[in-house]
Amino acid sequence: MTGATLNSPKLGSRLNRSPSLVTGFNFIRFKKITEVGIKSIYSHGLRSLLTVLGIVIGVAAVIAMLAVSEGASYEAQQQFRDLGASNILVKSVKPAEVEESSRSGFGPPQAIVYGLTTADITTIRNSIPGVSNVIASRIVKKNVWNGGLNMNTDVVGTSVDYPVSRNYNLRAGRFFSESEMRDHGNVVVLGDEVAQALFPIDNPLGKTIRIDSDYYNIVGIMESEGFSNLGQNQAGSSNSAPSRVFIPFTSSKSRFGETTTRQTAGGVESETVELHEAIIQVEGQDGVIEVGEIIDQILQRRHKDIDYAIEVPLALLRQAEESALRDQIVAGAIAGISLLVGGIGIMNIMLASVTERTREIGIRRALGAKRKDIIMQFLIEAVILSGVGGLIGVVLGIVIPFIISAFWGMTTIVTPLAPILAFSISALIGVIFGIYPSIRAADMDPVEALRHE
Amino acid sequence: MLETESSENTNSDVTAIRGQDIVASVDDIRKTYYMGALSVEVLHGISLDFYQGDYISIMGPSGCGKSTLMNILGCLDQPTEGKYFLGDQDTSKMEDDELSSIRGARLGFIFQSYNLIQQLNVLENIEMPLFYQGYSEGDSHEIAMGLAARVGLDDRVDHKPFELSGGQQQRVAIARALAVDPIIILADEPTGNLDSKSGAEILNLFDELHDQGKTLIMVTHSDEMAERSQRLVCLRDGLVESDDRRNA
Repeated sequence: MTGATLNSPKLGSRLNRSPSLVTGFNFIRFKKITEVGIKSIYSHGLRSLLTVLGIVIGVAAVIAMLAVSEGASYEAQQQFRDLGASNILVKSVKPAEVEESSRSGFGPPQAIVYGLTTADITTIRNSIPGVSNVIASRIVKKNVWNGGLNMNTDVVGTSVDYPVSRNYNLRAGRFFSESEMRDHGNVVVLGDEVAQALFPIDNPLGKTIRIDSDYYNIVGIMESEGFSNLGQNQAGSSNSAPSRVFIPFTSSKSRFGETTTRQTAGGVESETVELHEAIIQVEGQDGVIEVGEIIDQILQRRHKDIDYAIEVPLALLRQAEESALRDQIVAGAIAGISLLVGGIGIMNIMLASVTERTREIGIRRALGAKRKDIIMQFLIEAVILSGVGGLIGVVLGIVIPFIISAFWGMTTIVTPLAPILAFSISALIGVIFGIYPSIRAADMDPVEALRHE
Repeated sequence: MLETESSENTNSDVTAIRGQDIVASVDDIRKTYYMGALSVEVLHGISLDFYQGDYISIMGPSGCGKSTLMNILGCLDQPTEGKYFLGDQDTSKMEDDELSSIRGARLGFIFQSYNLIQQLNVLENIEMPLFYQGYSEGDSHEIAMGLAARVGLDDRVDHKPFELSGGQQQRVAIARALAVDPIIILADEPTGNLDSKSGAEILNLFDELHDQGKTLIMVTHSDEMAERSQRLVCLRDGLVESDDRRNA
């Protein structure tokens, strides 16, 4: 101490400075308060971490659950798009009791006749107003050959409107034409998967493939197939292979016939199916669900067995939307509860911190801190706490959906909005639950606070 | 050794000091505490004038109202009746925010138990009053470094209070009290927690401050300390019992 002198040329110049000139928001001040806040939180590391756990879980839960339900709704919409918004899909299904008896393997050779008929389609087309088009298809499983390469695939005999009706576009070439349809032409459009399997190197356009003993000219290649498994599984039909080739309906009928025979353990079994699938296009989406019900009534009247299945994509979408909404409500509730719990945790720790630091508050007040400075200090601390919690939560919330996707194969989509929203809410929680402790700190009597041990 | 602005004060006698500006005055202040229906009047009308460059000891038995008077002088509390002028401002009717401003800008506090903030280092503690006055980071750093040097702690600026001895902590507190260049420095038993050697160092510092013309008001129990001051105010039962001035 002995060497210390009290001379300072600085002091005189500071005398005439008026402190009242300095008012309003000041970034330096904000930065300083933030630094002090971080120091104080850091000095109670474990306690602070435990405090923010509620916020972490809340934020992570919101983001992860939104990602899962967003993924589910995306999938549903994808199916919806594939099937077409104003379409109704009717499929032939082998009736349950017939299937049972054919499996037993006894008795005379089975000759089963089931499924949709051209007459059904004509009735539907003519008797229901609002039906704009019906695209009927025959689907036969065949080996398709390119020289030595072959692939077992569904050969779809259909009409020229098929790609339009299913929002299913060509990758190259063209679909077959009306005249080829009329002429029972030997033309084929390959699904992308088939094209890649049979023509791994060269361009298939203009070349031929063989089905049974007939050669077909390749005129087009479809885009990679976006068909949902949903529709095919529910229809229960055997044509679940994703790869398809398309030929004119007339060609399918004349080349393959309507009856397929199969060698089974018990003998020969034959199936006669006139149409395997029909896409019924309805004008506008409003009537789709009603038209679906009318079709069901018509087919019930015309068919003895339930040998058909009706799918209304719009109805499926509605279901998916409902379940997505339910998911989101559940996610919101869970998030709300855990954010509330997190907020209470923060309030609790801030109250403890205010009590612990009563003396500090007194000192700061004595040295010129206004009430609003004290409020700001504790509020910023609360916001830092919840903000750090929110940030950890955001990271977890983005990582968790990846893990879910990787391990369970679910589609998850983290939209940018979810983390931003969740983080903002967590910061808001800090403000809301920090207000009361901050005001309590600021309301302390400086004299009492200084006396506090 | 002497500051230019205050050099005229140092060799002056009592009358010369009487001629100086009054920096603060209390005028018939009373303080009553209410506890439910019970009310206790602690100060029964105290009037004192404080002059630029005064070095005042306030003494008195416990319960005489020293602390209450100090709290009022420090603008931490307000009198129930009477007026307290600090500079040209009447503080007795001020709002909380104005009191905070005036504390921060015009008063320096030195406490018996130092009252440094434990999470902050020496420099940050000294800077704190400047922060609330809105000084820029560069300015407050410069001022705080200067003051740390003045109290002989420029080699300890990044130490935390718990790493310092009591005497060193009190020197930090003095530097902090000087930071905004206050009108009055209020010290509440500044050597009460110190051994005699550290206490003597603190008193030497006070002498230097006095020599520079700072106005010091100090509450003390120790006659030895009161000896060194230039004016001794004794309180008894909430009234001024004596107010003696002597040449330093």
